[in-house]
Amino acid sequence: MSERPSLKAKLGVNVFKPDKTKHINIRPGCEKDPRLKVAVQVCPAGLYSLNDRGEVELDIDGCLECGTCRIACGPEVLDWNYPNGESGVQFRFG
Amino acid sequence: MEKFDVVIVGAGLAGLSAAYTLARAGVEVVVIERGDYPGAKNVTGGRLYVNPVRQYLPDIWEEAPLERHVTNELLTMMSSENSTTIRFRSEKFNRPPYQSYTVLRGTFDRWLASKAEAEGAMLVTKNLVDDVIKENGRVIGVVAGGEELGADVVIACDGVLSLIAEKAGLRSPGDPRNYAVGLKEVIELPRETLEDRFGLTGDEGVAQLFMGSLTQGCFGGGFLYTNKSSISLGMVVGVKDLMEKKPQVEVPYLLEEFKQRPEIAPLIKGGELVEYSAHVIPEGGMAGLTTLFSDGLLVAGDAAGFSLNMGITVRGMEFAIASGVIAARAVQQARERNDFSAASLACYQQMLEQSFVLQDFKTFRHAPQFLENPRLFSFYPEFADRILEEVFTFGEGPKAKLSDTVRKHLSFGEAWRIARDLWGGLKI
Repeated sequence: MSERPSLKAKLGVNVFKPDKTKHINIRPGCEKDPRLKVAVQVCPAGLYSLNDRGEVELDIDGCLECGTCRIACGPEVLDWNYPNGESGVQFRFG
Repeated sequence: MEKFDVVIVGAGLAGLSAAYTLARAGVEVVVIERGDYPGAKNVTGGRLYVNPVRQYLPDIWEEAPLERHVTNELLTMMSSENSTTIRFRSEKFNRPPYQSYTVLRGTFDRWLASKAEAEGAMLVTKNLVDDVIKENGRVIGVVAGGEELGADVVIACDGVLSLIAEKAGLRSPGDPRNYAVGLKEVIELPRETLEDRFGLTGDEGVAQLFMGSLTQGCFGGGFLYTNKSSISLGMVVGVKDLMEKKPQVEVPYLLEEFKQRPEIAPLIKGGELVEYSAHVIPEGGMAGLTTLFSDGLLVAGDAAGFSLNMGITVRGMEFAIASGVIAARAVQQARERNDFSAASLACYQQMLEQSFVLQDFKTFRHAPQFLENPRLFSFYPEFADRILEEVFTFGEGPKAKLSDTVRKHLSFGEAWRIARDLWGGLKI
């Protein structure tokens, strides 16, 4: 078994409420920005990946709202907001 | 526009402590929280030191929903195949009033919110504060869920990124050097199994910290805390080091590898993962602090950067509680003057300077620089483990003297660097 599915399974134990909009967006034109590429290493939920065109993709499902990508990449490459009220991860233990 | 005396953004420890204090003094205060309930967006590694904050929230600690009081302090240095653990147990830590407890924020924050509400504070959950409202340069309220709420003072307790303080112009987006990322799993185990496994009686608890190869040379370490019937297991890694690490590694897999270590695997065996969380932690010390006040605005808790890595432990929650209470006291003083300008609210900073919050920051101001030393996370754990490996290994031939063993692993250059590191450590 590869490691990636185990991470999805791990995220699957959390309580998530879907949001109307995507709260983090890669700014248009920044998909290949080196500042964005570090997101792949730093995201605890493994939501960033590099596609075969060398662009970073973000799959927001499972976002832990930890803020690491905003700190590492910066708001110039990421349009970063918290999810709306009544959305996103709801930690029961924390 | 509806108006309150005080609007607090965020129902974490800082926000709720401020709300509790203000409501007790009869101030009309509302806390706006984006989670479904207080604690829904909050994460801790897992330990709270009560002594520093007992007096800040008087009379409520008896009934606080804390997990276990820590009687066993373990420090483990890990290299790729070895590990050395120092275990400190104190019967003194086993007598009330207990000095530190393991804690889960899901329970604790909800309870603290109920205490604040009982004193008359208003709590609005499921609402994200989008922005601050400014008039002639001063903050006069917030926008939440499309509605405007006015206030004499807004207290930003919105956590480590504090988009509120940023929007108000008090801080710029954080520098990766000043932050670490924490990852944590909560693993449930039957209470009896857990107590047998860790050698605990009743509500005694364990706090174990790990440093060394688990972070692959990055600033940081691992932690394990025992709760009543679960284990909080995780690690903290410096964001900047992780970004620059060669070869690259994806941080979730550092935690996976840590979990598979033979030192850890048997401890969590048979346990059920019930939550996986992560959060950024401010670790910049003085350099990571934001501007703490402006006209109509105060910043407290992680939002202000109040978290300190003291080497053996990262402390944030006590600073959050104390800074929240001190912010509330500053608001009370400003109310007496009926002046909510920056000049009037400056008493917040003065009171923080007189408290353990900024005094600890001052005392430990050299800590971030000392902890930046990559040797702490690779050379030292490895060195200790290698020496002990030789001490405990018996081969075919005659055994070498201990001094020869040490000398074998320690060149003159290394010894000199150790002396220098020690000197740096003594400044802390």
